[in-house]
Amino acid sequence: MGTGSALKSGRKNGVIVPEQPGKSAIEVRGVRKVFGTGESQVAALDTVSVSIRENEFFTLLGPSGCGKTTLLRLIAGFDFPSAGEILLHGQDIAPLPPFKRPVNTVFQNYALFPHMTVAENIGFGLEMLGKPKAEVKARVAEMLKLVKMEALSGRRTSQISGGQQQRVALARALAPQPKVLLLDEPLSALDFKLRKEMQIELKRLQHETGITFIFVTHDQEEALTMSDRIAVMSSGRILQVGTPWDIYDKPAERFVADFIGETNFLTAAITGMANGKARATLKSGATIDATVAEGFQPKDNATVVVRPEHAKLTSGKGDLSGTVENIVYFGTDTHIHVRLDSSEAFTVRQQNTRSAGCGFERGDKVGISIGNDAAQVLRD
Amino acid sequence: MASAEEVAKEAERRDIRDRWLLSAPALIIIFLAATGPLLIVVIYSFLTPGPYGDVVWKFSTDGWLSVLMQRDIFDDTLAFADAHLSIFWRSAKLSFMTTIFTLFFGFPTAYFIATRPARQREIWLFLITIPFWTNLLIRTFAIQEVIRNEGIVNTVLIKLGIISQPIQMMFTDFALMVGMTYVYLPLMVLPLYASMEKIDFRLVEAGYDLYANRFQVLRRVIIPLVKPGIIAGSILVFIPALGAYVTPRVLGGSKNMMLGNLIELQFGQGRNWPLGSALSISLMAIVMVALLFYVRSAGRQGGTHG
Repeated sequence: MGTGSALKSGRKNGVIVPEQPGKSAIEVRGVRKVFGTGESQVAALDTVSVSIRENEFFTLLGPSGCGKTTLLRLIAGFDFPSAGEILLHGQDIAPLPPFKRPVNTVFQNYALFPHMTVAENIGFGLEMLGKPKAEVKARVAEMLKLVKMEALSGRRTSQISGGQQQRVALARALAPQPKVLLLDEPLSALDFKLRKEMQIELKRLQHETGITFIFVTHDQEEALTMSDRIAVMSSGRILQVGTPWDIYDKPAERFVADFIGETNFLTAAITGMANGKARATLKSGATIDATVAEGFQPKDNATVVVRPEHAKLTSGKGDLSGTVENIVYFGTDTHIHVRLDSSEAFTVRQQNTRSAGCGFERGDKVGISIGNDAAQVLRD
Repeated sequence: MASAEEVAKEAERRDIRDRWLLSAPALIIIFLAATGPLLIVVIYSFLTPGPYGDVVWKFSTDGWLSVLMQRDIFDDTLAFADAHLSIFWRSAKLSFMTTIFTLFFGFPTAYFIATRPARQREIWLFLITIPFWTNLLIRTFAIQEVIRNEGIVNTVLIKLGIISQPIQMMFTDFALMVGMTYVYLPLMVLPLYASMEKIDFRLVEAGYDLYANRFQVLRRVIIPLVKPGIIAGSILVFIPALGAYVTPRVLGGSKNMMLGNLIELQFGQGRNWPLGSALSISLMAIVMVALLFYVRSAGRQGGTHG
């Protein structure tokens, strides 16, 4: 297709790590999706390219309306892209109807067939593929065992709990052995405890089946704990793709840093580069070394981010200085909110011990030292 | 002093009395409007026809015997006659076909409406119900205007040179089917729509996702989910179609009689009220059987889903 090659140059700032051909399960190339016509046209996806590896637990993370579900629906085949290609093991599947794609979906509200039993639901895909009855039966039994639902195979789906429905939905989608499993916020309807359980369960299933999982969520913690890699999305674009560690510690853009975890933003002047690190002079006059976001273009003023747990509060002089405004106790740690002399806000997170308090009080004049490997310069 | 037990008993008695008093108006209406007239019909079916219509108060089973038999006018012997039975059969057949046709046309229509955006659905439903605003007789005559020999269809076909002679459509079963399907279509579409509107269309997507093609999704997902609507619509069409009177009279002519016309004939020109009454009750019995079938299948539906 002509669109693919034309849009390759449109990839953003080298965010996409080029894959070796054949190694990626799903390759999305320059995909656009526009809804509506004329004046009311909305681009749900704005030229998105991403490559998802085989056997990977890949998460699309972003706030609602960022385009993550749209991208998932394009891969599933429920919608068709306005432009671009979607390759599955090197073959363009974008024009194929959903029933011709070896891709299955776990729906947000499970979408189990209410007129069928648990076992009939799980066997549906195999039956539609025309598998012999004996094979369907064996595979259904295997799936029931995998999701630990053997005892309820004859129940109607309306007669089982939410967590059980979730398991059936998973078994149903896994039964036809898809190349890729798509999960559309599958845990959002579960309560906290069940969600935690299912997170572990999902990881186990992914490990045992060796199927590529593409998981959509708006829950940053869920994304960090479960994924091999995460793509952070906002307003129809992918801002950054990386491991949870990359995304958390080396955010590329302000939105990524802000959406995932808590962060302090500082304005700094970039005075030089050395060994792949930038020398950033903060408003307080202190100069720190900071890692640089991918695609960073050298410029005079940049934003530096420091995670609250990577900074240290001192009673003496640090890289920054300010006044303690508020102290919030969280059990495992304490958040100390400091108003810097430059009037910027800064939060330090300090691990708690049993024997002593945090050692500071509201109104204290304090210094903040930023560790050697604590700061990251954003590209925007 | 009354014991607690007596007080409780007294309260219960009062409760029962109050309940009877409160439901009395409804019971009276049910008796006067439904059971009463029905009783009269039952009684009439066992009387003797009067010479100018009406009945003579003399017990006779001739009304019932005439449903399936004919008394020879010379030697008064009873012999089996299939004239009425064939009309029963014809009515059942035509009603069944009407049900099939309304289902055939109503299903896609209801599906179309149910898949429109919520605001547009109201407009489509409104369009479906518009025919109800016009008298049945007028609607039937409108159909006649379309299909009669000098009607719109024949005129257009002749003008276009496709045919040289008008096609005889009036007073045929074809005319009857066109008319009945047209008249009863909304009764099929509305319950079908009510069922389809409740479908979670993500189930349809789930079907596609699990390798079912369009036909398989229709057969394995959509139809089982709208089954209650299909049954309700079929009953709503079949029962009134069985007793249809105006449409067969206007479009079917005198040769293509249905049960409704047969009954009317007995009360009118036939001047055989007992036979008319017996036929009416027979019709009601058939309807009851159909309803029983519906209740049973609906009950099964509820049982499996509950």
